[in-house]
Amino acid sequence: MPKPHRVTIVESLCKGQACALCAQVCPASVFRPADHPTPQGIMPMQAAYPEKCTACHQCDQLCPDLAIDVIAEGAEPAPLPARGGPFPRPNPMGGWVERPALLPAGSYFMSGNEACAEGALAAGCRFYAGYPITPSSEIMVHMAHRLPALGGTFTQMEDELGSIAAVIGASWGGVKAMTATSGPGISLMLENIGYAIMTETPCVIVDVQRAGPSTGQASRPAQGDIMQARWGAHGGVDLIALAPWSVQEMYELAIRAFNLSERFRVPVFLLADEIVSHLYETITIPPAVRTFERVRLPQDMPFDTPEIDGVPPMPAFGEGAYLLVTGSTHDGRGYRRTTDAAVQDKLVRRLSAKIRHHQDEIDDWEAYMLEDAERVLVACGSTARSALWAVQAARRQGQPIGLLRLRSLWPFPDTVVAAHCRGRGEIIVPEMNLGQLAGEVRRAAGAPVTSLTQVDGEPIDPRRILAYLQEGRW
Amino acid sequence: MAPASASPLASDLRAAYLRQSTAFCPGCGHGIFMNAFLRAAAALPLDFDRTVFVSGIGCGAWVPSPHFLADTLHVTHGRAVAFAAGVQRARPDLNVVVISGDGDLANIGGNHLIHAARRQIPIKVFCLNNWLFGMTGGQVSATTPRTARTATTPAGNPDPPFDLVRLVLGAGAPFAARWPVSQPRQLARGILHALQEPGFAFVEVLSICPTHFGRANEALLPGEAAQSIPWRMLEWLRRNCVGRERAAGLPPEERAGKILTGEWRGEEGWP
Repeated sequence: MPKPHRVTIVESLCKGQACALCAQVCPASVFRPADHPTPQGIMPMQAAYPEKCTACHQCDQLCPDLAIDVIAEGAEPAPLPARGGPFPRPNPMGGWVERPALLPAGSYFMSGNEACAEGALAAGCRFYAGYPITPSSEIMVHMAHRLPALGGTFTQMEDELGSIAAVIGASWGGVKAMTATSGPGISLMLENIGYAIMTETPCVIVDVQRAGPSTGQASRPAQGDIMQARWGAHGGVDLIALAPWSVQEMYELAIRAFNLSERFRVPVFLLADEIVSHLYETITIPPAVRTFERVRLPQDMPFDTPEIDGVPPMPAFGEGAYLLVTGSTHDGRGYRRTTDAAVQDKLVRRLSAKIRHHQDEIDDWEAYMLEDAERVLVACGSTARSALWAVQAARRQGQPIGLLRLRSLWPFPDTVVAAHCRGRGEIIVPEMNLGQLAGEVRRAAGAPVTSLTQVDGEPIDPRRILAYLQEGRW
Repeated sequence: MAPASASPLASDLRAAYLRQSTAFCPGCGHGIFMNAFLRAAAALPLDFDRTVFVSGIGCGAWVPSPHFLADTLHVTHGRAVAFAAGVQRARPDLNVVVISGDGDLANIGGNHLIHAARRQIPIKVFCLNNWLFGMTGGQVSATTPRTARTATTPAGNPDPPFDLVRLVLGAGAPFAARWPVSQPRQLARGILHALQEPGFAFVEVLSICPTHFGRANEALLPGEAAQSIPWRMLEWLRRNCVGRERAAGLPPEERAGKILTGEWRGEEGWP
């Protein structure tokens, strides 16, 4: 008598009679329900009559839980291909390096958008995905021309949702990646920006702010996205935002945005505005730039650190880390923990603390004539150019007044603002929105704050600020 | 290449390719797909060490993440194809496979799907079509058959569904296929063919949701109450799916209402 084929069910995997596909597909009635429950309380199926098995292999190929093995007598199961390495591990240590700037050192005359693209390339950006939108499109066009020759990738996507999605995907591929857009595009990107925060994915988002809300005035400047950048993604944890005021700073802060993004594994906003993006100025390209390279050290905890404010190393796809990247609440290895209060609490607090506790590495500002100033203007972006002109004009007339220009907006530089504003007679905040920056300054300043708002889609005329300083008229 | 029928043991497949036991309801069609996918991957072989699996939100998205022992990217609802496009463009040296559901890929993510098809981005997209939104409790989707009852169409679905194969072929996909989970060997072979495609490949997998679709539409299912709902749903698929070659020889009255299965090439035009 021939030996029977072997049929086995792993009871702990079986989901029992509610499924029972094995029993129903089997032409030889091998299976029946067991007479004892599993620890999960399921009555599993069992191969009660293996001697009847004809090794037709219908059950093991239909089982949704891969719980059934059938070994035909005298036959060997097909072997599986080997797995595991060797895996490429490019520069696992990462950290600060100095690299030559791509363009030869010297003076260049270019627009803010072009300078932004050149800064990103100098920082090592080799992936751009975007969608056309005024007033940011020149960044995309410049990248489309420059990236292929640098071995990088440019792709124009079907919408902004797809653009930021592709950027995050590329970043996990181990490539520094960015996109640029304006307010309407940011509105579409916000869900995936939240995903980048949650998955700790470095990426840079340039927001060339234009007058809103909605379509608004596409080619006119505004600073109406300051709060959107910080609070737009649901869940409300921290990210970083920088605000350039010149073409030179479009270049320099684009580099800094990438460095902070890689250093802290967080999306970084470059909050530009239509004026600095379309302005043409002469800028200086240095011989070398300092960049922060991703720490890729392979380890089994790419999503947690022993410290409450740490930044975990980030291996890339294809390096054998078997990454489990998810926007769901996850533990240090990436496993979903969607009902675990302690994991959720720890994760959300670390995502915030890794930024907040390192604010001294992030805060960036310039002080002008503040030593003896009784009144202080606080401004950012192109508005700060108008503010500086007004301060200089008022100084010539003998007014003790100064300017604090914020180059980093998020996390908000509370200590910087307090240090320069506390005890002064008046803090004056001009801006192209209805008081977004003023609200933050009021919270931090420790001095009376006056909010000067302008939302007509025009740049703030420096003479208008001067008139306020002279006559209190706005 | 080994034929799909010389199959490895399920326990070997689990040890080599899975991180954990399946998280699906009893008799879930997505589990049958997972079983067939792993057999196809072993037969090809698809190198899991050089493959990124991208999925969105929903039951189908859970097939690769957290199950597959490989690089997985479990993303926001509807955006799997766009994330996959970014991974593929940045890392053309890696295989990029999208596995997600009909709601994720065809409802909220339909725009990314048709543009990836148009651009022929070399990713493989497996749409596990269980005919509704399973994870959120069985609401109508873009592929729910007309008149079918769901949580949000208690009087029957008034709207016609997408034919996903026609959709992606119309958008410019060079390869599209449709296979039911009721024929796992045929399904594994179909998966293997799609994975062998050099360019964009789309497979609509006719899956089953016994928990939501099956219970709500039990009256439509063949078989007897003594049989499990998953089995009766598979039986419905067996009776209502017909291969495109065989269908071509059938008289019109026998073809009517049948779901065509098989493989299509873009240059053939619409099915």
